[in-house]
Amino acid sequence: MSPATPDLGELYQQVILDHNRNPRNFKRLDAANRKAEGNNPLCGDRIQLFVQVDGDTISDIGFQMPQGSGCAISKASASLMTDAVKGKKVGDAETMFQAFRDMLTGGGGSSAPGKLAAFSGVRAFPSRIKCANLAWHALHAALQNSAEPVTTESARDF
Amino acid sequence: MLDTARIRPDFLILAQQENGHRLVYLDNAATSQKPRRVIDAIVHYYNFHNANVHRGAYALAVEATEAYEAARTTVARFVNAWAREGVAFTRGTTESINLVAASYGRTNVRRGDTVVVTAMDHHSNIVPWQILCQEKGATLRMVEITEDGRIDLSDFGRALESKPKIVAFPYVSNSLGTVNPAAQLSKLAHAAGAVTVVDGAQSTPHLRVDVQSLDCDFYALSGHKMLGPMGSGALIAKPALLDAMPPYHGGGEMIERVWDDRSTWNKIPHKFEGGTPNVEAAVGLGAAIAYLEQLGMERVSEHEQELARLAIERLTQIDGVTVYGPKGHRAGVVPFTYGDIHPHDLATILDRDGVCIRAGHHCTQPLMRRLGVAATARASFYIYNDVDDIDALVTAVRKAGELFGVLAS
Repeated sequence: MSPATPDLGELYQQVILDHNRNPRNFKRLDAANRKAEGNNPLCGDRIQLFVQVDGDTISDIGFQMPQGSGCAISKASASLMTDAVKGKKVGDAETMFQAFRDMLTGGGGSSAPGKLAAFSGVRAFPSRIKCANLAWHALHAALQNSAEPVTTESARDF
Repeated sequence: MLDTARIRPDFLILAQQENGHRLVYLDNAATSQKPRRVIDAIVHYYNFHNANVHRGAYALAVEATEAYEAARTTVARFVNAWAREGVAFTRGTTESINLVAASYGRTNVRRGDTVVVTAMDHHSNIVPWQILCQEKGATLRMVEITEDGRIDLSDFGRALESKPKIVAFPYVSNSLGTVNPAAQLSKLAHAAGAVTVVDGAQSTPHLRVDVQSLDCDFYALSGHKMLGPMGSGALIAKPALLDAMPPYHGGGEMIERVWDDRSTWNKIPHKFEGGTPNVEAAVGLGAAIAYLEQLGMERVSEHEQELARLAIERLTQIDGVTVYGPKGHRAGVVPFTYGDIHPHDLATILDRDGVCIRAGHHCTQPLMRRLGVAATARASFYIYNDVDDIDALVTAVRKAGELFGVLAS
């Protein structure tokens, strides 16, 4: 028996549907000095993330989802993430990632800042948490690697 | 159509609710549900007959061995195997194919040889051959598919010109529902001098299978997709081929005599069943086959094909829905996409109405690349599905469209 019957409207909030349809920062930044690739084998989603870090500031960021589109949750999450971290310090972005993760998987019912709170509904859909986290894991990988190599994140790390 | 009102009570899980709705289980190509008869057979085995097989000198061990070997006879009869010795129990199709690749393949494939697979094969009928070919320096040749999702017979013919050692293909595609002309493919492959390996994971649950009339050399099946337990399955092979093959796993049961430095092998099929076998799986599979035989495989096929036909008819009435796979004759597998809604989102939305479908690449990434999609949604039917299930599917798909304001792509 499924205990709870979470509301779809909690998952697919308007802001998520909007960012899915019209993703922000949906662009390649071939000259970016940090890149990472994220992979969600479950839905076949792949994200390529491009981050330009100057000093300790994320001065530009863009993402692509090759082979058509990612699912609504992963694409909207990538879009909202890029909006949230653009212009921020690297350390602040990592703190946001932590808050985002805590919101999805932590026990305390905590929330993430600003529009990222729209993903709080994902918590009730365990099969979709990986989708929401995908872009953030890619960002984390990109920020960890100051050198060029592209890292692939598999769902096992999630 | 089958009398689902009589069948459904045999499946306790179907009486459950999913998210407050009637459970509509449409992921049968991934695994089927299990009737009480199969579950009871497993419980009965453990309560009354459990002992290790083929070695005990006491009555209970004899009973366990008899139960295990009776299941082998049942499987052999069900697919019309060449001999009951030509039925080796495995964990399923994947292990069966790995067995053939590791044993027959390693012995017979050499540097410069070719192994042929198709672009609609499941990863389990691709990756073992990739591993073999990489190890041996052989070439893996993938046969293309046609626009309407069939094996491209002219490309199949071209692939055979390289005189491959092994030709592997699925009888029924898990991603498209295509029913391949397995007997014809096998004949062509034999004429080119190859042995054939048929992935029967999606055919055995749904069609009357006769491996002798297919005249393949190896046939792999999984029990869990045909009402049997997880971890049940078999490799069906021509006995002469099995006889000539080296063992797959070394251990107890598969040996005849063991010296300090060497051993001789047990007779087939025991040569390929090293270690204590999964007796409960074999017993459960035997019970599953008995259940299917009672329904009649022709009626099972007919039932699923009618459901698939109806599902395709109703889904394609929705603007923006694309159904993949061959028109006309197909198995009960309906892959589709809906406008710009990602299949994973579709699956989440459908689940909210109790409708379980699969979304993703279905372990057929080379096929997905050829279809030009990252993923599809897939509804697949079995004996307990009925028209109400299709109503629920179609209603939930329409709801998804409303939620997303679907853009036809």
